[in-house]
Amino acid sequence: MSLAYAVSDAQVMVTRCTRRSLRDPEAFFTALMLPIVLMLLFVYVFGGALHTGVKYVDYVVPGLIVLCAGFGAGTTAVAVATDMSNGIVDRFRSMPIASSSILVGHIFASLARNLIATALVIGVGLGIGWRPVASPAAWLAAAGMIVLFILALSWLAARMNMLARSAEAANAFTFVLMFIPYVSTAFVPAATLPGPLRWVAEHQPFTPIIETMRGLWMGHTSTGAPTGHEAWIAVACCGVILAIAAAGGSWLFRHRTAA
Amino acid sequence: MPYTVNASGISKSFGSHLALDHVDLAIDAGSVFALLGPNGAGKTTMVRILATLVRPDRGTAVVAGHDLLADPVGVRRSISLTGQYAAIDDKLTGRENLEMMARLLHLPRRAAAARAAELLAAFDLADARDRRAGTYSGGMKRRLDLAITMIERPALVFLDEPTTGLDPRSREQVWGTVRDLADDGVTILLTTQYLDEADQLADAIALLDHGQVVARGTADELKSSIGTEVVRLQFGDADSYARALRCCEPVRADRRLRILEVASNGSAAQVREMLGHLEAAGAPALKVSTHRPSLDDVFLSLTGDTAPKELAR
Repeated sequence: MSLAYAVSDAQVMVTRCTRRSLRDPEAFFTALMLPIVLMLLFVYVFGGALHTGVKYVDYVVPGLIVLCAGFGAGTTAVAVATDMSNGIVDRFRSMPIASSSILVGHIFASLARNLIATALVIGVGLGIGWRPVASPAAWLAAAGMIVLFILALSWLAARMNMLARSAEAANAFTFVLMFIPYVSTAFVPAATLPGPLRWVAEHQPFTPIIETMRGLWMGHTSTGAPTGHEAWIAVACCGVILAIAAAGGSWLFRHRTAA
Repeated sequence: MPYTVNASGISKSFGSHLALDHVDLAIDAGSVFALLGPNGAGKTTMVRILATLVRPDRGTAVVAGHDLLADPVGVRRSISLTGQYAAIDDKLTGRENLEMMARLLHLPRRAAAARAAELLAAFDLADARDRRAGTYSGGMKRRLDLAITMIERPALVFLDEPTTGLDPRSREQVWGTVRDLADDGVTILLTTQYLDEADQLADAIALLDHGQVVARGTADELKSSIGTEVVRLQFGDADSYARALRCCEPVRADRRLRILEVASNGSAAQVREMLGHLEAAGAPALKVSTHRPSLDDVFLSLTGDTAPKELAR
């Protein structure tokens, strides 16, 4: 199977998944409303009571990006699980096409959906007073961090269908990803948390990812660690997530092809 | 005659459940072959194995000239699979579905669009081409499914229960399409739990039960395997029904309607003897009729008398 065919197969699948996303108006609408509502909620409802040392909108933007990405990954997990229960996937698999293209389509569509949500968070943030001090190069680096993180999460989510056979089970994945960011530095600095939670917040993978964005945009992290230090850990975390998704995915694929 | 499918000793277990037990299958090129059996007999597993979706635990098969295990890609190039549910994308329109599949078969964009338009017209879907497939009726979905199958004429088409859940008119349409495909020289492996469907379409039939082939042959061969005629006896009361049940071996028994069906050679002498025998046993028949055995009779006599509910169609 030539590379040109593999690329063409992937293109077809990306078109398919993008169309499917656009034709699911409820999910699409929710995905677009969520960043706006959460931003307004955190900044205007909770933000007044939270003391982070800086204007709250300046603190919370990276956290909301991660939270929305978690929600987006859940959407992806459900989309893939629904798709896998459909006769069409059997047909794809019985065709002489690159089998990876089915997942590539989903992952790409997931990336596109999540980047739109991220752009909304950034846009609304700027609209209500977020003032990053980043240079163009830092903006570029932050964008790179976001793309890498969303890619890793989308891949993991797309692979979840191997574990979760039904859309309902896949939905539990959203739930987990929606809550992990709360015990991180997404919404409050780790120093304000009680002992065990603080330890979790300081050692869980979302924190360095959030801190990298925060450091790049605002010039300093909330943990006090240098941005470069957080960035290396963040990239390593994304690498580990990708490795788990790839390795775990193919292991499960070998063991669960019976369906 | 060359075989399009030649499988031998195919076995597959899921956990402790033995889904297929040394199944041999030989399908002549250009024929329609029906794999007939009740739910859970292993029909779908067999199709999934031959379509490269599931690896058999044991056994070998050559599909359209390609070894199933050594050259799955070659197999995939020669087959087209439609699953138990129409294998179409319900969020895409009929046209988009066809164009997508044509692109996946590596037709250039323009050729894909042209082929899609041709097939939409041929399968009577031109008016619905820009509607989402999810809004199609069951029959239209199946037609779209079959249209996709015909984008590039495959050597072998798998139809897994193609008419399950269709109304009689749509079923007739699907049957017509299957016959057209067969006339075109496409080899078809069809699974069904409907005996009339196998009877109508298949050149050869294998009867699958609990993962084993329990009978094979043409519809006529299978029917004559249980006698040339079936004598249907109805009894007036439960006692004579019970007595009759003890003294003959029916191919089918219905306690509620007090009906027994017994195989015979159809000669008057044998029927007379049977009736005399019953009368002597204190079980006089109230009504007697004879008919040619149907595949139902074969099916029931081979798979036990508990017919799957679906047979009552």
